[in-house]
Order: sequence, then structure tokens, then C-alpha cells
Amino acid sequence: MIATTNRPASRREIVPATRSRARVSSIGARSFLLEAPGDFNLIAQRRIWALSRTVRGWDDLAENIPGMTNLLVIFKETPEDPDAVVARLLEAWENAQSIDLNGKTIKVPVHYGGEHATDLPALCDLSGLSDHEVVRIHHEATYRVFALGSAPGFGYLHGLDPRIYMPRKTVPSLKMSKGCVTIGGMQTGVAMLTGPNGWNSIGFATLEMFDPTAPNPAMMAPGDTVRFLPARIEL
Amino acid sequence: MIEILESGPFNTVQDLGRPGYRDIGVSASGAMDPLAVRIGNILVGNDENAAVIEVQTFPFSLRFESRTVFTVTGTDGNPHLNGSELIPWCAYVAEPGQVLELKQPPRLARAYISVGGGLDIPVVMGSRSTSLRGGFGGNAGRPLAKGDRIAVGEDLEIAMLPGLAVIEPAVALHEVFPAPVDGVLPIRALPAGEHGLFAGDGEAFWSQIWRISSRSDRTGYRLSGEPITPTATIEMRSHGVVPGVIQVPPGGEPIVQMSDANTAGGYPKIAGVIECDLWRLGQARIGARLKFVRSTHAEARAIEQAVTRYVEDVRLTSGMVKRALKAMA
Repeated sequence: MIATTNRPASRREIVPATRSRARVSSIGARSFLLEAPGDFNLIAQRRIWALSRTVRGWDDLAENIPGMTNLLVIFKETPEDPDAVVARLLEAWENAQSIDLNGKTIKVPVHYGGEHATDLPALCDLSGLSDHEVVRIHHEATYRVFALGSAPGFGYLHGLDPRIYMPRKTVPSLKMSKGCVTIGGMQTGVAMLTGPNGWNSIGFATLEMFDPTAPNPAMMAPGDTVRFLPARIEL
Repeated sequence: MIEILESGPFNTVQDLGRPGYRDIGVSASGAMDPLAVRIGNILVGNDENAAVIEVQTFPFSLRFESRTVFTVTGTDGNPHLNGSELIPWCAYVAEPGQVLELKQPPRLARAYISVGGGLDIPVVMGSRSTSLRGGFGGNAGRPLAKGDRIAVGEDLEIAMLPGLAVIEPAVALHEVFPAPVDGVLPIRALPAGEHGLFAGDGEAFWSQIWRISSRSDRTGYRLSGEPITPTATIEMRSHGVVPGVIQVPPGGEPIVQMSDANTAGGYPKIAGVIECDLWRLGQARIGARLKFVRSTHAEARAIEQAVTRYVEDVRLTSGMVKRALKAMA
């Protein structure tokens, strides 16, 4: 592993990428990303879920991937008129009614601290909180699965207390372990694979959350509620 | 059955990929040069999406245990069957016990071995591609190794006479895929979401020559060059990404996501490679130099249509030739 300490940074540096109007940009020729305006919250995400449901009915759509208050749509073919696609997406966004997904509750036992909590000291420095306070703030919150992505079954969780926001690393850890409980900006989650990871680890969970041979390979689904239960605290 | 006699560390079973599961974090995977796979499969009479072997670390050799139609595509090197030199992009019949050997090609990065009937491997989540990150699909979720034996599907056209060859895409489609200029490969891309954030460095991205760094693999190509930096640091909310996206991490050296692309990302995106140029990147080796050329949706469509016409032409022609050869036999 290489040095993973973050340069000292103020929490104020975490600025949402979007501010006022929904924005549509392209990634290559047949993928378009719509980013919701405004705050990073459940209200915006519920409209993203609604938009995802709307576009699923479009004949020319190949895939849609909900992200954190954004939606990537992939068309079957490169559109002849990309401006028309942008207009169609924006219109669908304007008409998207908020929906809630009634998910299940997943309880994740966590070993806070210990050898896998490689970034806990840096988070204490950044936040000015003690390690006990960081852990308590993290496990007392209730999280919602906003979206899945990045690794098979990895759930992006919303609900992190702003006091323990921590920017992604400028230099990722090269071999973070599967199971690390991590914070990336205003998001938190559990690493699904061992490998390079730019998020900050504060603990470890052993729950298996992905099985490629199962009818529903991913345990988490958008809308689910996640609680972290401190199985062990080693500080 | 085929038996792997010799393999480097990163050779895998691939097809055209596993799209449709990005929303649960599963990469599409699939061949780095899907055009070579489509053509190879057509030549041996398979469905375009049949599973093949992607060879990217050489030398590689395998033994055929039964009479098998095969072809090697993608590569600019010549394969050998029991020591006899063959040409790529041409179908042959191997007799039981014969050994196919692939050596390091002179310029290109990857070779594809298609066999009549395809590799008979379980389908996981709609594909036979190896998901190396997930550890599933393909050959038990891992690269091929010496001693591995892989079943071959039933070949209904085994009677086909050998010798069917095609004009390879780089030649047949030279008008839509411009050749490297002074060794610099032109790769077409569209500006992406955070392009504007790079101000003057945005122009530096398009004007400079990038080199493919040794820290490159099927997941992503890291590029070396004069670093580019955004004018402000923003913490992006995680969003879906696809192969071809060019992200700029804080160090300022871009990463192009490839076949095993992450399904989500948060680094600023400066551009996205158009899909029909991705196979050219997939065939570019570590150390190769490239330059990004600003493209349009219209141009991307025109190239896609030219590729579709070419593949369709190969399919129709090979069908006709096979029927004619059969009639003469």
C-alpha cells in the first residue's frame, strides 16, 4: 500500500457539481448524463428514480443507470439529433413526479477501527472529532441506497452526517480490502472488491452482498434502508 | 475440447460483453476489439457473439483435441499450426492433436481465436465474458492457464472448406479509420460534462500527443503527457460511466475507461471516445502515442454505419462462398 494521507482540506471544499438547473452532457456518442440541480438529498433522488422509470419505457433506450441524483441513459444507437435527445430528457425530468421505492432494511455488522480503518486518524484530523465520535456519528445514522455501481453490488448510501464528510483521496489506496466501510465525499458504502479505492476506510464488514449466480445477484437495491451495527469497536 | 499449452497472465475468454447490469455495478466486459470478434465468428460460421479467446500476453499456444474450424483475427502477426505459418483473418481446419501457436504480433496488442461452434462455457448474467474484477464468467472468472481444457460447441458447418479469408477492417475501412500519422494514432472523441472546467487546459488535451502508460489494462488506459488540471476542485456525485469516458484524476493525467470499465465514477470527465474508435485503442499497445480528435454525433453515426455495412458484407459474402464451395465439393 502507498501513502494515503489526504492533504488537509476544509469540508467546505465539498461543493456539489450541480447547482440550479438540470444539466445534460454526453459521454461518447450514445450515452447522456442528466444531473439533477440543487441539494444532494432524497427529494432529488426520488425524482431520479421516477425519471429512471419513465425512460425505461422508451423503445430506443438500451440501458439506464441511476447515480447519485443523476441518471445515465444509454441509447441503442447514436442519435441523429443529439439536441432533441437532450430536450426529451429535460422534459421527462421536468415531468418526473417524486416516487419512493419501498425497500427492505439491511443490517450490516461493522468492526469499526482496527487494521482496516486506515483513514480514521485522517478523518479525525479533518473533522476535529475524536475517533469515538466519528464512529458513533457513522453508526447512529440511517442510510438509504440511492444507487448501485462502481463494483458488483456496491450500494451508494445517502445519509452521511456532514460532520464526517471527507473528500476522495488524491492518491487512491492501491489494494483496499473487500468489506472496508468507507466514506467518499458526502457518500458512504462498503467496498465490494479488493483493489484500488479512492474512498476513506473507517471499518470493516464481512456481509456477502453479491452472488452472480443468484436470480437477483445484488443484495442491495435502490430505495433500501441500511443500518450499520457496531459489532466491535477497536480504537 | 481444446487444451491450453502455454499462456501469459492476462488471456481470457470474451464475447461481445455483458451489457444491462451496469445499474447493479457489473461491468459489461467483452473483447477489447469487438470488431475482430464479430468477423472471426462470422468466418467460422458462428453467431457474432460466440465466446472466443482474447490473447494479449504472448506467446500463447493450444492443442485441438478434435477436428475444429478456427480463425485468428485482430492481430497483425501470423499464427502457426504445427509449425506451418498461416495468415490471420482466414479460416482453417485443425486436425486432432494439432497445435496452434501465437507469437507477439509486430505492432498490435491483441489477437482473437474463434472456433467453429464457439467456446462452450456457461452463460453468467447473459454473457460468457470473463469478469476479472467480479471473478465470474468465462473460464471460472479467471485468466487462462496452462493445462486448462475448454469445451467447444457443436459445429454444424464442420464440412466447410478451409481458406475463407476477409480483407481486415483497418484496410477495408481505411477511409473511416485514418491510419496513424508519424506513429500517432488519431482517436475521435466528444467533449464531455466537465470539459469547460479545464479552460485553457481543455485545448491542451486536444492538441498534445499522449502516450499509453504501462499502468494500463482492460479496465483503463492511463495516459502520460503534460498534466491538465481543472480551474476548480469539485467533488462530483457518483454517476454511471461507460467505456470510452476520459476522466481526469487529480494528478492531471487522463484515464480512458476500456472494456472492464468501472460502471460509476466521480472524477471530472473531459471527453468520451466514440464507440467505434474503441477497438483501435484496444489494439494500441503500452507506449503507443495517440492524439484526440474532436468529433461529432454525425461523424460517429457515419462511422457506425460504415462498420455495419462492412460486417454485413462479410456475412453475406462468406455465406455465398461457403454455399458455392459446398456445391463444388
